[in-house]
Amino acid sequence: MSDAIQMIVMPKWGLAMQEGMVAQWHVAEGAKITKGQEIVDIETSKIANVFESPISGTLRRLVVKDGETVPVAYLIGVVAEESVTDAEIDAFVEDFKANFVFDAAGAGGPEPEDATTAAGRIRYLEMGDGEGAPIVFIHGYGGDLNNWMFNQEELSAGHKTYAVDLPGHGGSTKDVGDMGLRGLAAAVVAFMDTKDIAKAHLVGHSMGGATALLLALEQPDRVASATLVAPAALGDEINMDYINGFIEEKRAKKLRPVLEMLVGDPSLISKDMVEDVLKFKRLDGVDAALKKLRDALMPGGKQAGSLRDGLAGLKVPVQILWGEVDQVLPVGHSEGLPASIKVTRFAGVGHMPHMEKAAETNELIRALAG
Amino acid sequence: MQLSRDDLLEAYRKMRMIREFEDAVHEEFSAGNIPGFVHLYAGEEASGVGVCMHLDDRDAIASTHRGHGHCIAKNCDERAMMFEIFGRKEGLCGGKGGSMHIADMSKGMMGANGIVGGGPPLICGAALSAKYLKTGGVAIAFVGDGASNQGTTFESYNLAKVWNLPAIFVVEDNGYAESTASKWSVAGSQVDRAKGFGMPSYDVDGHDFFAVWEAAREAIERARNDGGPSLIHSRLNRYYGHFEGDAISYKAPGEIEKVKAEKDAIMLFRNRVSEAGLLDGPAMDAVDKACRERIAQVLAEAKAGAMPTEADLLTDVYTSAY
Amino acid sequence: MPKKTYRQAINEALRQEMERDHRVILMGEDISGGMGAPGEQDAWGGPLGVTKGIMPVFTRDRVLDTPITESAFIGAAAGAAATGLRPVAELMFVDFMGVCFDQIFNQAAKFKYMFGGKAVTPLTIRTMYGAGFRAASQHSQCLYPLFTHIPGLKVALPSNAYEAKGLLATAIRDDDPVMFFEHKAMYDDEAEVPDEAYTIPFGEANVTREGDDVTIIAFGRMVNFANEAADNLEKSGISCTVVDPRTTSPLDRDTILETCEETGRVVVVDEAHPRCNMATDIAAMCAQEIFGALKAPVKMVTGYHCPVPFSPALEDLYVPNAAKIEAAVREVAGKGH
Repeated sequence: MSDAIQMIVMPKWGLAMQEGMVAQWHVAEGAKITKGQEIVDIETSKIANVFESPISGTLRRLVVKDGETVPVAYLIGVVAEESVTDAEIDAFVEDFKANFVFDAAGAGGPEPEDATTAAGRIRYLEMGDGEGAPIVFIHGYGGDLNNWMFNQEELSAGHKTYAVDLPGHGGSTKDVGDMGLRGLAAAVVAFMDTKDIAKAHLVGHSMGGATALLLALEQPDRVASATLVAPAALGDEINMDYINGFIEEKRAKKLRPVLEMLVGDPSLISKDMVEDVLKFKRLDGVDAALKKLRDALMPGGKQAGSLRDGLAGLKVPVQILWGEVDQVLPVGHSEGLPASIKVTRFAGVGHMPHMEKAAETNELIRALAG
Repeated sequence: MQLSRDDLLEAYRKMRMIREFEDAVHEEFSAGNIPGFVHLYAGEEASGVGVCMHLDDRDAIASTHRGHGHCIAKNCDERAMMFEIFGRKEGLCGGKGGSMHIADMSKGMMGANGIVGGGPPLICGAALSAKYLKTGGVAIAFVGDGASNQGTTFESYNLAKVWNLPAIFVVEDNGYAESTASKWSVAGSQVDRAKGFGMPSYDVDGHDFFAVWEAAREAIERARNDGGPSLIHSRLNRYYGHFEGDAISYKAPGEIEKVKAEKDAIMLFRNRVSEAGLLDGPAMDAVDKACRERIAQVLAEAKAGAMPTEADLLTDVYTSAY
Repeated sequence: MPKKTYRQAINEALRQEMERDHRVILMGEDISGGMGAPGEQDAWGGPLGVTKGIMPVFTRDRVLDTPITESAFIGAAAGAAATGLRPVAELMFVDFMGVCFDQIFNQAAKFKYMFGGKAVTPLTIRTMYGAGFRAASQHSQCLYPLFTHIPGLKVALPSNAYEAKGLLATAIRDDDPVMFFEHKAMYDDEAEVPDEAYTIPFGEANVTREGDDVTIIAFGRMVNFANEAADNLEKSGISCTVVDPRTTSPLDRDTILETCEETGRVVVVDEAHPRCNMATDIAAMCAQEIFGALKAPVKMVTGYHCPVPFSPALEDLYVPNAAKIEAAVREVAGKGH
């Protein structure tokens, strides 16, 4: 491939994604695009989201038109310098189509692995490479490493990144013992120890945000920076209807409205997302783990152990992101914090800014983590 | 192994209790007080009791249509049994099983069975449980001469032998499968059938408690010591019809009376222990009186017992959520 | 998530349940294979290799090959279940129920009730069913309607590998006798199946497609054909809800009736013979419960009232397929080609 011609391909969002539909291009052929620019809406059976350009240049060809579905890693657009002729682009596209082989098993992406840690089996997804401290993503209550599908790959350009499944979640051990926040933090450290990660940029969401914050406060030598997305443990309120509904609802129809509390726009919750949560909840040990964590972290329906008082003594850079229509943790918890903590709020966004406003979130993480 | 005086008294008590129980059921059925079908064990007492005297709660038995005697021999509560036969809520099975399905799993009594030949496969399973869980238990199928011709019975002989199970098959041959004579319906002999499967077998006079007890002792000991299955052919007679209401016209005139006079199991037992000086008459008379009074009492209570209600109709179908 | 075949998923569920509970044992004809023979042990793992590899791990103490003696070993499984074990018996083909049905429907199914609630029978019977294998009349039937008829039994019909693993774990952990139907034409079908053990509750239907025009209720292997039909029909503007009830006993009446009521147009797909099957059951349910909501007569897509034929030419005619389902949907939707 000539350096003069660059490919934009169907991204892989989440482990299960094998194909995606180009719902709508935001840019026309011939447009100058920049890396990070929102260029196309892509839909999968699990999720719909806007795709940011991974490269800069002139978008010479829209290979896949609106409404068409193609496999992961399939060429959807061509960026090329002015000097490249249309004929050369035609030839390039034809060549791609002739040689494209869909790798269903891998679909182009890395697979998660298991680490045996002091806290038991921890599943993680490793991506990217870089010199500095790696980024470690920590999901929230009931989540897993797939929650970072719009962030991890993006931030892997320039960083080694790890998304982990906390104990009781995803593919990690379901034995949470009597783990509270401190136990979750210990599990993250145990994972870092296993992977020889001396220091990491932590990105944590909700319960994972509280976990990252606790580490920033208590083990600053292991934390290069912390980006906290709608973090827990900054106040005592929490929507227990969400937590209990998440635990109790066993049917897709009943679970859907619970999951819709997560986001500003309920249409973001796809049928497959609901199905995936049900599949997770059916795993042996998950129900018990979720209940134990709930009882440890939210006894009596209130969050235990606010970390707010310690924030003034933070020794590492910390920023906070929050959606203004968060229905799980009130956005008000982002108020009254020390000035050293940068707070970014997103209008119309719910509890999942990293999914609902992925581009902005990625930008903010990049800004802090370098 | 010897029978102590207490053992003998207990064996006698059980045989007498069965007789009193069945006689009472016979009378009540004739009077129209008992619904459905009942099949009575009177006359066969020595067989069930002779076998079950060797058993405890870790051992399982499967019974036949004619199950009341096996229940009593296996320590089921005669009060709850009587309630069951009257279809009462306090019955051993809550009134849902009745005479033909009377059971008490906690006593290892896996049920009378409405299906002829239903029991042998089940006790292969109970024997497998005992073997696998190393309880030291054995499992026993009582089958009639009728069930002895069912394929399930033969298949169970084979499986018990192939798996070397602690299983014993007791063929209680009362001469008639319903109205059909076993000397016509059974080809070959019960013990030869057992030999065909490589099983040790015993041919005993089922009226003789001691003969049954001795054969069962050997078979059960073998089973408990991982020696595999055995068969006991217990030849005996029933005093009543196949079911209550059976006119028994297929039997010869005087056939039953002759057995009662010459081979009655309880009479034989009394004579034997009296002659040997093992038990005295007054002691056994006292047992007779106690059994009579007990049955009269449970009968009166059962007749006065409450029926199950509509609330009971749909319970006990499933254990886990449905 | 790793992809596994229906066969692997079942094998994995058996292993995990055996690891989880020492009372779980397997028995059946040739489930290991080679018993007493001079040659290879674990030679078969069942006729289609579903239980292959389990005996070498769990030994012959827990994986019991039986003689060909369904009456005895299915009955023994019932007896063992009632006395402390949790046996998983394999009835090689459900067609063989003819020689052991008594042990299932008169014995195991009724212990609980007949004994006044004082019996627990945690028995699982795995059995192969279904046509499409050129196995002819005595090795191709569905027969799950017969078991569904019997109170005391539960009946599961997993429609893919994911469902098979979770439903089998549920069956083995359930304290009632469960008939677990494996479609013999599906053993090589793959789906994403977690490595970890999981359970799928009985009596909760899976809505595999959500649509507005027609509701398709399909059972077992037919769910896949129904999905295929629904995907094809979507392209021509007919959107279908597809419901996989997962278990016929218990049956998720609520979801079935709700989804049928939503569209008012119902197609039921059941591979079994057409009389007294699941399709007639659901058609009757619709007539009784949501008659007013129906916009068209309920349509059934089933096998025929004939034994399953041998000749490929005939068997292919016999078995429902996506094309037949599509035609039925178009008919109830009132929209032709």
